[in-house]
Amino acid sequence: MIQKIKKAQDMLDATCKAIGRQVNIMEVCGTHTVSIFRSGVRSLLPENLHLLSGPGCPVCVTSQGYIDIVLELAGRDDCIIATYGDMIRVPGKEGSLETKQSKADIRVVLSSEDALQIARENPDKQVVFIAVGFETTTPASAVVVQEAAKDSIDNFSILCGHKLVVPAMRALLSGMNNKIDAFLCPGHVSAIIGYGAFREIVDDFKRPCVVAGFEPLQIIDGLAEICKQLEQGKPELKSLYGAVVTEEGNAVAKQIVNECFEPADGYWRGLGKIEISALGLKSEYSKYDTSKQFGLIEKSSEEIGGCRCGEVLCGLIDPTECALFGKKCTPLKPIGPCMVSSEGACAAWYKYGQHGNK
Amino acid sequence: MMIKDENEQILLAHGGGGQLTEELLRKHILPKIHNNTLSKLGDSAELNVSSNSLFFTTDSYVVKPLFFNGGDIGKLAACGTINDLSVAGAKPIALSLALIIEEGFEISLLEKILESIGQITRENNVDIVTGDTKTVEKGAADKIFINTAGIGIKIANADLGIDRIAAGDKIIVNGTLGDHGMTIISQREGIKFESQLKSDCAALSDLTCKLLENVNGIKFMRDPTRGGLAATLNEITKSSGLSVIIKENDIPVNKTVQAAADMLGFDVLAIANEGKFITVVSPEAADEVLSTCRKHPLGKDSMIIGEVKTSSNVPVVELETKIGGKRIVQMPYGRELPRIC
Repeated sequence: MIQKIKKAQDMLDATCKAIGRQVNIMEVCGTHTVSIFRSGVRSLLPENLHLLSGPGCPVCVTSQGYIDIVLELAGRDDCIIATYGDMIRVPGKEGSLETKQSKADIRVVLSSEDALQIARENPDKQVVFIAVGFETTTPASAVVVQEAAKDSIDNFSILCGHKLVVPAMRALLSGMNNKIDAFLCPGHVSAIIGYGAFREIVDDFKRPCVVAGFEPLQIIDGLAEICKQLEQGKPELKSLYGAVVTEEGNAVAKQIVNECFEPADGYWRGLGKIEISALGLKSEYSKYDTSKQFGLIEKSSEEIGGCRCGEVLCGLIDPTECALFGKKCTPLKPIGPCMVSSEGACAAWYKYGQHGNK
Repeated sequence: MMIKDENEQILLAHGGGGQLTEELLRKHILPKIHNNTLSKLGDSAELNVSSNSLFFTTDSYVVKPLFFNGGDIGKLAACGTINDLSVAGAKPIALSLALIIEEGFEISLLEKILESIGQITRENNVDIVTGDTKTVEKGAADKIFINTAGIGIKIANADLGIDRIAAGDKIIVNGTLGDHGMTIISQREGIKFESQLKSDCAALSDLTCKLLENVNGIKFMRDPTRGGLAATLNEITKSSGLSVIIKENDIPVNKTVQAAADMLGFDVLAIANEGKFITVVSPEAADEVLSTCRKHPLGKDSMIIGEVKTSSNVPVVELETKIGGKRIVQMPYGRELPRIC
């Protein structure tokens, strides 16, 4: 493997040299971020290749307003809150699910099915599933909503915080950060939506979009492909993720999502409100919509003072440029969500250190 | 009073010091961990030891689930304390055993747990010489909590200490990492890897005694339990002021453990082990330590995983990755949480 890596690395070096300026590539997926750090890819990159970690970590992009709703629910003793693991540490205005003295029963689940099962087992409690994530986790939320409807499980609902990747990429390029030269596109999300979904980025913004897998070699190959396109001045859409990702994606998953959800405006941490960038439950499923059930409205909420997670998510600064990084904000006492999630850019920078972080 | 329940479940009265306590002890506890010192049932145990250097340790066990592939809380409680003595350079000779049991706990499960403790202590010639049983009302404890304390005598040749570590020393581990932690996490989360994962829970004293009695140049040992290899190596760098470099390619990890960790977003280096030690040895001793380990059932997968070096700036644990890259291995920061996607 080392030889293959060396070869890909040499190619990347040569192309970056030929480009002759700083190249900014954004990896949009949190799993890519972690893999890049954990495998030491960063330490092997050419000097002028700058990787930006984009808004691809579900926890990181979740707005303060959404977290505040979750904390409000945590104050109810008739609720069981079922959530994916890293959400419990994200701080809102009044602490996090981990630190706040909750009246609600907080359960960490690995799947939406686990949440529904909790509802089946606790008919006297309202079970709220904290449904966050991108296109990868949305089908799982859709499945349980349909299952709850089919089995008439009335004590189950989801607090829908699902988001769409492509609108966020558009928003970035439409003004928030136009120094992004290209995107390393997320493998998992592409498996669902198909790599064809990124074509509009290439067509409208003339930026290379390359889908890659999560192995170090796949990542370096992906970066090399992007740099080749940049050098030649020919931005293209390409998937290097073989059979895992097709142009159309997973038709079954897409259909089930379309049955349950409809596009909606979304609040993103750092990026603010982006039109048609999220999903909401369709009216026929409103009974399973926590916000409607409990009459909760997501307010735009001010983010915690000094925290620059928003700028990190937009690729405007590296985590180390935030004054809180590693001082007031550490994985032990996170202030911003990018330090909470294991897939957050700040957590990865902190955990895997300074090697080759440029 | 329901007599049937008394036979099957722990009642508060089992801890009351009366007849039921006596019955629990004589019928269910002592037969599993019997030895001459314990059966005297004195308030204290008398130990006859020749050494003038004793080691003393204690640890409490509150694990969930109580039973897992490769062991149970009893095996953990016995091995854990034996291992704490072993890696300090002592030969364990006696343990205490304190049980805190929730009302309603099934006695058959208690017996299984004690059976495991009995087996480990017999295999390793360590007696449970004193003990205590308390019962608490339902909800005041989660099924059963165990505390063990242990006494060991210093192995004559052993001279261990973090201050003895020097640049150039080799770092050796006696087998695959992360097995215990990933087994527990997978079982807790109900993940399908479960059946292929097995805790490495084991008592290390036989192997560590062999090493320390026969090989010179062993400078430091620690069992990388909570926090895994990452925590142990960071303790070394912090205390010694030296850096450590380890090679990912040389770190033994079971494939299923790696797959489960990758799926959940965990770093195997930070996952708990219960039958492993990390030892730092002089370069001259490395080969002999490795070959001695590999001859032992608990050391057949032993590897030299890295070495100690002087630090240019801040002491760090550095990992050379499989692809030849480099990254830092940080001190793990407590509770690891499974990721979202």
